[in-house]
Amino acid sequence: MTVKALKAPLTDEDVLQLRAGDNVLISGVIYTGRDAAHKKLVDLLEAGKPLPVDLRGQMIYYVGPAPAKPGKVIGSAGPTTSGRMDAYTPALLALGLKACIGKGSRSQEVKDALVRCKGLYLAATGGAAALLAKTVSKAEVVAYPELGAEAIYRLEVADFPATVVNDAFGGDVYEAGRRQYCIAE
Amino acid sequence: MREIKVAEISKAVFMLFLDANYDLGEDVLASLQAALQVEPSPTGRNVLEQLIVNAEIARDEQVPMCQDTGYAVVFAELGQDVRVVGGDFYAAVNEGVRQAYIDGFLRKSIVADPLNRVNTGDNTPAVIHVEIVPGDKIRLIVAPKGGGSENMSAVRMLKPADGAKGVMDFVVDTVSRAGSNPCPPVVVGVGIGGTMEKVALIAKKALLRKLGEPHPDSFYAGMERDLLEKINKLGIGPQGYGGRTTALAVHIETYPAHIASLPAAVNINCHASRHKERVL
Repeated sequence: MTVKALKAPLTDEDVLQLRAGDNVLISGVIYTGRDAAHKKLVDLLEAGKPLPVDLRGQMIYYVGPAPAKPGKVIGSAGPTTSGRMDAYTPALLALGLKACIGKGSRSQEVKDALVRCKGLYLAATGGAAALLAKTVSKAEVVAYPELGAEAIYRLEVADFPATVVNDAFGGDVYEAGRRQYCIAE
Repeated sequence: MREIKVAEISKAVFMLFLDANYDLGEDVLASLQAALQVEPSPTGRNVLEQLIVNAEIARDEQVPMCQDTGYAVVFAELGQDVRVVGGDFYAAVNEGVRQAYIDGFLRKSIVADPLNRVNTGDNTPAVIHVEIVPGDKIRLIVAPKGGGSENMSAVRMLKPADGAKGVMDFVVDTVSRAGSNPCPPVVVGVGIGGTMEKVALIAKKALLRKLGEPHPDSFYAGMERDLLEKINKLGIGPQGYGGRTTALAVHIETYPAHIASLPAAVNINCHASRHKERVL
């Protein structure tokens, strides 16, 4: 299995060199956000107000980490189901967000927006939260501390493992992988 | 009457939730190791390897294996010759949950109202199922349940004429539609029979069985094998990237049914299939 290094934040060139099914190790800065934070961001957008974080070029990781034990940077931090963010994602991609990381399939609207805006959807291993937390060297809340685990964190990560699910060309590893390994009855 | 103090119940619940979140069951670990030997997809094998390493980290560092430390589901078999003293049984269970989720650095994932959605801050209340049984002991089983897999679960009121095939089609279809969402490889709990609420409960109870231990009735043991084979032919694979390890096990529980009904329920669990028990 080949693995590519990916430096975050991303450029269009970074996005366009990757294809569905590629395995990557992400290093750099990523932001967290899940249901409640997405709703707040999109409410601001609709009201024509500025966002608390400049999302251009950034990756959003759908995660609500467990509390950090004393001496740890972050608690266990695996991906949550991405489909719940489908309603919000196209608006953020249009704003310049380059990628999101979660688990599980996306709507056709999100896949179309990834093609239109040159974006990526990646998945990390759901349930591998203790392993994924070890790739995080720094975590700080940058918006909505009142949301607790759902606040927006800025994370510094090194070699965070993920797989490209949907690329900027319409590729989908969930569909392709299933076709490859399905045994018809 | 044997007396059991509520403090003992709280302490046991506390310890069990820590253990269930930090320590992947040996049966699950053995099942992941076995899957790693036969999974043909390289990406699928990589996922299985990550899950095995993740379990080691969680156990060594005493941290939760998954950030979704779940809804606190508790099954209590209360011996009818036990007298619970010193307080309220349900409050004692909730106190154990509160301590585990606060002191154990587990995520608080419960909102007090399903529509107004304000977090309760301590992961209470638990969902508590109590059954009165003969004897003078209390058996406590805790099963923290993640939202991602619970959301992919389903109940259907089939017609008796749908028969075994109707049930099997429903189960396979539910797992197929869930796809990559519930963190496959999954464990599938199937309830057949009873009423609408009973069938959901026995599907959840099916998840408490030791992984891969067959149903005692050979007819249902055969159906479990057939279902596992059909599900693993779907091609979903570890995390949905494609592969042959979509489910680690299928467990069926049944209950007598009304002459007009064939209820069926599918409760999907993620690979971790967290549950721990203790007898007081």
